[in-house]
Amino acid sequence: MPKYNWPKRTDRQVLGKRINRVDGKDKVTGKAKYNSDINLPGMLYAKFLRCPYPHARVTSIDVTAAERIPGVKAIKVIQGPGKEIHWALDDVAVVAAVDETTAEDAIRQIKVQYEKLPHLVNEDDLSKARDHLKIPSEQTTGDPDQAFMEADVIIEGEYGIPVITHCCLEPHGQVIDWKEESMTVYQSTQNVSGMANQYSQPLETSAANIRILQDYVGGGFGSKFSADSWGLETARLSKKTGRPVRNFLERDAELFVAGTRPSGFAKIKAGAKKDGTLIAWQAESWGTSGLQGGGVSMGVLPYVIKPPNVRKKHTGIGTNTGAARAWRAPNHPQTCWLTFAALDDLAAKLNINPLDFYLKNIGLTERPDLYRKQLDKAAELIGWQDKWHPRDNKNTGPVKQGLGLAFHTWGGRGHDSTVKLLIDPDGSVSVSLGTQDLGTGTLTVIAMVAAETFGLPVNAIKVNTGRFPEYPRSGGSGGSTTVGGVCAATRRACQLALEELYPKVAPVLGVKPTMLETRAGKIQVKGNPFKNVSWQQASRRLGVTPLEVTGKNISASRRASEGKLIDSGVGGVQMAEVTVDIETGVVRMKKFVAVQDCGLIVNEKLAESQVYGAMIMGISSALIEERIMDETTGTPLNGNMEFYKLPGLGDIGQLVVHMWKDEEQDARGVIGLGEPPVIAPVAAIGNAVANAIGVRVPRAPFIPRRVLAALEKKGGLYV
Amino acid sequence: MNAFEYANPSTKEQAVQLLGTQWGKTEVLAGGTDLLSLMKDFGTTPKRLVDIKDIREFQGIDYITNSGLRLGATSVLGELIEHPVVQKDYRSLVQAVEGVRSLQIQSRGTIGGDLCQRPRCWYFRNGFGYFPKDDDGRDLIRNGENQYHAILGNSGSACFVSASSLAPALVALAAKFRIFGNQGWREVPAEKFFMTPTQTTQRETVMKPNEILGEILLPDATSTLNATYEVREKEALDWPLVTASVALKIKAGKVEHVRLVLGHVAPTPWRCVPAEESLVGKVVDKDSATEAGKSALIGAKPLSKNSYKISLAQVAIKRAILDAALGGT
Repeated sequence: MPKYNWPKRTDRQVLGKRINRVDGKDKVTGKAKYNSDINLPGMLYAKFLRCPYPHARVTSIDVTAAERIPGVKAIKVIQGPGKEIHWALDDVAVVAAVDETTAEDAIRQIKVQYEKLPHLVNEDDLSKARDHLKIPSEQTTGDPDQAFMEADVIIEGEYGIPVITHCCLEPHGQVIDWKEESMTVYQSTQNVSGMANQYSQPLETSAANIRILQDYVGGGFGSKFSADSWGLETARLSKKTGRPVRNFLERDAELFVAGTRPSGFAKIKAGAKKDGTLIAWQAESWGTSGLQGGGVSMGVLPYVIKPPNVRKKHTGIGTNTGAARAWRAPNHPQTCWLTFAALDDLAAKLNINPLDFYLKNIGLTERPDLYRKQLDKAAELIGWQDKWHPRDNKNTGPVKQGLGLAFHTWGGRGHDSTVKLLIDPDGSVSVSLGTQDLGTGTLTVIAMVAAETFGLPVNAIKVNTGRFPEYPRSGGSGGSTTVGGVCAATRRACQLALEELYPKVAPVLGVKPTMLETRAGKIQVKGNPFKNVSWQQASRRLGVTPLEVTGKNISASRRASEGKLIDSGVGGVQMAEVTVDIETGVVRMKKFVAVQDCGLIVNEKLAESQVYGAMIMGISSALIEERIMDETTGTPLNGNMEFYKLPGLGDIGQLVVHMWKDEEQDARGVIGLGEPPVIAPVAAIGNAVANAIGVRVPRAPFIPRRVLAALEKKGGLYV
Repeated sequence: MNAFEYANPSTKEQAVQLLGTQWGKTEVLAGGTDLLSLMKDFGTTPKRLVDIKDIREFQGIDYITNSGLRLGATSVLGELIEHPVVQKDYRSLVQAVEGVRSLQIQSRGTIGGDLCQRPRCWYFRNGFGYFPKDDDGRDLIRNGENQYHAILGNSGSACFVSASSLAPALVALAAKFRIFGNQGWREVPAEKFFMTPTQTTQRETVMKPNEILGEILLPDATSTLNATYEVREKEALDWPLVTASVALKIKAGKVEHVRLVLGHVAPTPWRCVPAEESLVGKVVDKDSATEAGKSALIGAKPLSKNSYKISLAQVAIKRAILDAALGGT
């Protein structure tokens, strides 16, 4: 068994290079087909009738008029009389019809009567949520009471961040073709290999009869791991009608029932010594994940910086709203904002530059040396020393400039993944596995790892994904675990393959197999590049049988002696420069710097691309994005892309990404990157706003209404 | 969307014959950027669409020297801002169109469509109607998410805001709207074109269901200083929180004549006569512009979540005035 490792930095031909994503051309030309583009012969369209009330009991349902509509092939009542519905837009019934408009006409003809029940949809005001509070959890470390007595400076503030949603450009959905015993599922998913048994059990069929197919997916962000209740209903409709059935959610359902991010609100008290040493923290937090209560996890509050004396209490609030799902770095963006906002206010009250405040307290983090270096780098890139000023901003004119910062951490260890590697006697190479490319560049990095190992160009590697069980099982793309999982499994398979190939080539070159290496389309003798055979010649030595090798990344049983390909744990620092027009309350991004480590960087361009995307997503939740619920009717009001506001290019400002590269990081191997850079933006931007205008805008997003309100209350509760 | 009949008349006389006498039974189709999305959401369910894009007399943009500008209602917003005279003399219109931050809408949306678009109120767009109430008769807007709603002209049932991007500028420039109906053409001053509905059977303009907005006449603006200022949450495509548009004439360094109009603050474009009066006879400077902004909002009645729009409107007026007179804030 080979010692699995990455080639030395100086030996690398492909790894770390800035290579365009292999599927880029197909995506921009439209050649790439997503599952929402699938159109099978005889396909029916499913539409769901959704409950217009946030909390109600179905008292009667009449589908007879709908059934009479020509073209309607099946109707199923999902929640019939007696069923209690807990959020608006939940499924009540579903129709399958020959086309989309017929299905829509039919659901409009279904007559449902409801008994309306009391509801709560907004959780920001704790005092109005009394009947909906869950049992609080509490935790104390050290002696916070004593520490607050010893503190020279104490701040108290309230901070909040509302529910936002995943807003995948390709909505959730699937086309399902259930023919006798075999079922083919074209699902928009970030979990190709984990999908079949989610269908098999509730549908009482065997997972072995289920095929999952997906070539491309239009975004998931944590919300597309599940078969979903609507997926199961689509399958049932296909079985019932004997025809393929398509169901992709309408935009409002996509926004409000297919994924939301929990809100986080907190009353925070923090105390420090005069010299800036942070000694005490207290937080009473609340929030919602929907009916179950939830809200942000207390486990990561305070975030990254761990004072010695902490008291925290969290109360979940059950609301009549769609259930939360994992959203890119679950809990971290919210608690990062709550923490860094309060600490920034503390630094301001101490009259200390926040950069110095964090450096002073860097020992309270788990990775002080790296954060210190990253803070220095980010400060240099944004010009912190020149541009930063205390909050009493003296520049004249209505447009004020400000700087803010925050930092973050994440795990990102590679998940379990198996690849099947095939080298054909004609020299062609394919790597097959049941993973998916969420847009992060998974296909590209797999091809790069194989290309690096075999000394071949990237386009010589065929990567096959998105089929299960046709290709071996890989993990779901969550927790930033994909890149490590697929790279490690691919590297292992490739190294194993060379162990089999070298002995076939060695006699030709008259050396031992251990004396061989791959380079530039050849297998050559180490130290003697003129003694070589081409990759094609070498492959021909296989005879008529392709070489098939399986490579695995299995986290549980990894022995150190097998070498190190992956690791866990990353950090990053972000600094934002904003301008705020204090007459209009309009916040504009000026410059935004992200410094990010992620171990060995497989493709620097795609790594940067991940960070850019995360920064934009973070700017969105800082400046504009929010689910709006009408308390009277209990229904969401911004269920389209006009009212559910997302930023455009003009809202982004200048983005600067600095990937942290050094020997130490490189030696750690590959670590996931998808989530960490989305964590700090709200905090960094929120602190920049406070620095610009001299008062805290306590709740994101920082829209003109909130900025002007904060300015008017200068000296009040939220300072 | 329901099935509907599509008619594509080539004359204005045919077009009005094809229109019904009740709102919503038939609809006029021009660019369709608003109408089609409304139909998809069942916000209107017409039996027939009358497409007016082929009617020559509603097309084109022409300048008649010393007389002014004629805007065909089916000209698209992009055409408007490419016209050399518009670029030279009607800056407030250019700024208004530039505020529509979507090239698709600029390229497809028409001048008439911008003026006749339905309210963007999210209660209206979510099917709660013009004057949204719950089953118990509670006013949804007054008790709800009214952050984007009216601060002026909201004492009646209507609390939505006029959505038009061009209307404030056209009212400020003293445009005349020419409407074609069964009786031929009639002409209405821009500020009389809009009305606040008091019943659900009405709409937001004085037009009858079987009339068509055909063209807009603008007086010569060679000696008129004008500007539009918008405050939006987003730089990218977004509806303004408030818009202010101003057209003024200065003589011997002092304001001789001024028209000041706010958009997105009331169910109609809102002409600010007291603010105009406060400015006449004064030198335009920061103080007089600020004063005009303050006067304009006297009598504003904010709802529970939109008092910030008062400040925004004051600032927008100030900045529009300074921009028009001095070319900047």
